Amino acid sequence: MSNVPEELAYSAEHEWVSGEPDAGAEVTVGITEHAAQALGDIVYVEAPRVGDTVVAGEVCGELESTKAVSELYSPVSGTVVAVNEALEGAPETLNSDAYGDGWIFKVEISETATDLLDAEAYAALTE
Amino acid sequence: MSDATLRSPLHDQHVALGATLVPFAGWEMPVRYTGDIAEHTAVRTAAGLFDLSHMGEISIRGAQAAEFLDHALVGRISAVALWGAKYTMLCTPEGGVIDDLIVYRRDWDHFFIVANAANKDVVVAELTDRLAGFDASLEDISREVALIAVQGPRAEDIVARMCTRGDDDIHAMRYYSAANVLLEGDIHAFVARTGYTGEDGFELFVDADEAAAVWALALATGADDGLVPCGLSSRDTLRLEAGMPLYGQELTRDTTPFDAGLGRIVVFGTPTKPRGDFVGREALLRAKVEGPSRVLVGLLGDGRRAARAGYGVLDADGETVGVVTSGAPSPTLGRPIAMAYVPATLAEPGTVVGIDVRGRREDMTVTALPFYSRAS
Repeated sequence: MSNVPEELAYSAEHEWVSGEPDAGAEVTVGITEHAAQALGDIVYVEAPRVGDTVVAGEVCGELESTKAVSELYSPVSGTVVAVNEALEGAPETLNSDAYGDGWIFKVEISETATDLLDAEAYAALTE
Repeated sequence: MSDATLRSPLHDQHVALGATLVPFAGWEMPVRYTGDIAEHTAVRTAAGLFDLSHMGEISIRGAQAAEFLDHALVGRISAVALWGAKYTMLCTPEGGVIDDLIVYRRDWDHFFIVANAANKDVVVAELTDRLAGFDASLEDISREVALIAVQGPRAEDIVARMCTRGDDDIHAMRYYSAANVLLEGDIHAFVARTGYTGEDGFELFVDADEAAAVWALALATGADDGLVPCGLSSRDTLRLEAGMPLYGQELTRDTTPFDAGLGRIVVFGTPTKPRGDFVGREALLRAKVEGPSRVLVGLLGDGRRAARAGYGVLDADGETVGVVTSGAPSPTLGRPIAMAYVPATLAEPGTVVGIDVRGRREDMTVTALPFYSRAS
């Protein structure tokens, strides 16, 4: 069973959001441990770039493992203000620390997100 | 999981090891235990243990067993020595591949065939049809037989140490041959030096009832050698690096052995060593003479985005001229590798082709197969 931290919010596409997803706020985004486990060893992360506009529920990058490739969706709408550069050289961090050093990008939110799931609802989704 | 899904006799062992189980060819099989790359690397550097109990096993016996297989398959099976093995194919009368097989000779009148799980029922039906007129019989023993593979540079020592009788046969055994041994615990095993990883290795065929004991014996015997259980995901990247075709990807009913670059396994005979008729002969001879319209090639990428099965191969003008059959980031090379069918004009090593990777072109270079061969 994968870990689903209580303090995070989640999208149905298996991204997590750290911080209050209100308009004007900055949040951190990553993929869940469940998603990382399902993909297997991640060898390449194509994240959005700083300054890109991302839209909740839309594709903003891709994740490649030895086994498969998966699209990365943004769980929130806004502007990308930071990208985890360390993933370029160490994409396996997504497997080893999905909720910590495996964060992917940070967004300044343009529109309050209203359809994110809490930990309980997300855990139910992955059962 | 539907009621019809089959479980390996090692299912409980996989669950206990924390494996991720997935539906595969009608079976629920381990795709990985810990991580794909660690499992892949263990096979390249030490040893890996695979449960391949989903594979089909078919026994052919009878005075005309060899003549029957010469008729039914594209290889000259009658020429296989006792305890020898041969990689061959079952083809349609039109020359399309129904399945690729390994045939082992266990006695002069007894052969043992290993078929892909997804094709096993079709192979049994097709061979049964082709039996008419031959003094031979077929038995599907897939459910009674478990197949456990030990693959990697440490495999010979590990398998030899698992034996109470026959360890000298393990050491002496050549690639593509087999022997009967007795494993610790008084377990009879038919052991072949074959595999699907590009490494040295052995495949152990045992009674399904004894699979759990053999699995535990292998894990205990190989622990100090670095043997780890490996899932189907690492098996796929291992065989891809080794340039080995997979049925359903490189091989289908729409491909001939010649398309796949495996024409050498089709034996037509010579004036001094003639061969009788066999199913598909006429069509395959035509395919040989005409030459394939498309060629299976290896592709090596410089970027990070891997080509995957089904992606289009593009020429310099961006026209789709071929298709990727398998592709992954290679754990050994650290670069994307793929196999693809391309027109003969683009098949020369060094040729740069484009791959349509989800709408964005990535260049890859045609490369001789395999991508990886072990130091011999």
